[in-house]
Amino acid sequence: MTITGIAAIGAGLAAIGAGVGIGRIGGSAMEAMARQPEMHGKIQTSALILAAFVEAVALFGVVVAFLQG
Amino acid sequence: MTLNTFRNVLFSALFMVISTMGFANEDTENPENEKFDAKEMILHHVKDAHEFHIMDINDKPVSIPLPIILYTDNGLVTFMSSEFHHDDSGQHIVEKNGMKFVKLHEKIYQLDGDAEAVAFDEEHHPTNASKPYDLSITRNVFMMWVSVFVLLLIFVTAARSYRKSEDNMPKGVAGFIEPLVVFVRDEIAKPMIGEHRYKKYMPYLLTIFFFIWINNIFGLIPIFNGANVSGNIAFTFTLALFTFIITTLVGNKNYWKHIFWMPGVPVPMKIFLMPIEIIGMFVKPISLMIRLFANITAGHVIILALMSLIFVFKSVAIAPVSIAFSLFITVIEIIVTAIQAYIFTILSALYFGMATEEEHH
Amino acid sequence: MELVTPGFGLVVWTIITFLFLLFILRKFAWKPILGAVEEREDGIKSALASAESARKEMQNLKADNERILNEARAEREAMLKDARDIKAKMIADAKDEAQSQANKMIEQAQTAIESEKKAAMAELRNQVASLSIDIAEKVVRQELSNKDKQLQLVESMLSDAKLN
Repeated sequence: MTITGIAAIGAGLAAIGAGVGIGRIGGSAMEAMARQPEMHGKIQTSALILAAFVEAVALFGVVVAFLQG
Repeated sequence: MTLNTFRNVLFSALFMVISTMGFANEDTENPENEKFDAKEMILHHVKDAHEFHIMDINDKPVSIPLPIILYTDNGLVTFMSSEFHHDDSGQHIVEKNGMKFVKLHEKIYQLDGDAEAVAFDEEHHPTNASKPYDLSITRNVFMMWVSVFVLLLIFVTAARSYRKSEDNMPKGVAGFIEPLVVFVRDEIAKPMIGEHRYKKYMPYLLTIFFFIWINNIFGLIPIFNGANVSGNIAFTFTLALFTFIITTLVGNKNYWKHIFWMPGVPVPMKIFLMPIEIIGMFVKPISLMIRLFANITAGHVIILALMSLIFVFKSVAIAPVSIAFSLFITVIEIIVTAIQAYIFTILSALYFGMATEEEHH
Repeated sequence: MELVTPGFGLVVWTIITFLFLLFILRKFAWKPILGAVEEREDGIKSALASAESARKEMQNLKADNERILNEARAEREAMLKDARDIKAKMIADAKDEAQSQANKMIEQAQTAIESEKKAAMAELRNQVASLSIDIAEKVVRQELSNKDKQLQLVESMLSDAKLN
């Protein structure tokens, strides 16, 4: 397997991790919004920020893949 | 017409693809003389370029030449990129002020001394040439200026319409702009920085929000040849650098205390946390930079890769699927343009808020 | 690798462009737009505040009216009560006065009657004494000759007088 292939697998693993993370954030945010519809705006903002933080980790993986590609 | 022609037309105008579909059939008659390299094509579109390439007609590139500005040991050298005659492999040599320049993979090299041609090593790196400081007006710089022009047009017009109206009511374009400005103020600046301190940062936050957003949108417009300004790491690096500089400059005693001597934890923990916090100080803007760059670049890569499927499979039959998918991704990308601008702005605001937060008792 | 290396030229141009954009927009766009928005918001806020204060003033006025009315009512009530009290007091005073006057008059009358009676008694006694003396004189004059008769007479007369 070439180094590029390994990098691609690494990027994929990072994407899985981020997918799980963002999925959990989204699910919990939905649940919270359903429970407290009046907090809708605040929950959405925090969920977006948290998703951005989680996503950043996956993007580091993508960047590593770019470094090899 | 060759597949090449079709390819470039297609990537120049993704949405105009249906009208050009007829060309693809013709090319079954011509033997394919070069293998289609999706990766190279995508990288070419994602990266910066010295000319504004629009399309190829009969294998002749049609492009807008852009000025090349080089800072060499002998001062500034300027000429138009058309002097390279679309050569990107380092063959065509341009002589200016007694210096010889070649363009290789969108980089300008200056040949050493009296070398007549570029010599390469095994890894295809030039051995007898050096890189001068390249301050050229590249495709991205050009697109950035176009976006600045559009921004100024929109916002100065909007601001003027307030002055004209007597009761301060938004009219025309201002009616569209005002909710966005108020959104940045009420949803980003006020909650993240605080009611009393947010005013100082409003110009910066509004400017980065709209600057990033409009460049994201321009990147999606196919006729601009996917000018990937906000997907270029130099651009995101600069904006993240500004956020970092402002955060560092406005940081108060409380902020620095939290970095170097975290209050409320035992001393061994303080020592343990200090390097982590110092790394965190730099990771914050770096993640800002990477996030915007990778999101936008990934969007472009996906759309281009889906379009490449047509040429990888050399079949028009795949085109509807390919177009449907890339249309779908493009719609998502339109949302992403706004979300990424929002995220960059809100995180900048969050960092400013953290840097200026007063001590809690 | 090349993709994630910031190009020197683009960084320089981005810095210049961004600073230019920031200063121009700050001066010609953000200031007027934010200023107009804020001005309008302040206008709305002050309009709302003035409406609220007008409402409060109205309420105060109403409350004042109510209070004044109540006060007037209470005052009238008090005045009426005072008048009634004064009337009752006056009547009572008059009654007392009359009573005491009457009592005094009765007392005076009684003392007068008493003294009259005493005077009458004294008069009577005097009269009786002088009558007795007169009778005694006449008897004495008539009966001086007859000593027995004299004594008898005196005695009978005295016993008569005792009866009175």
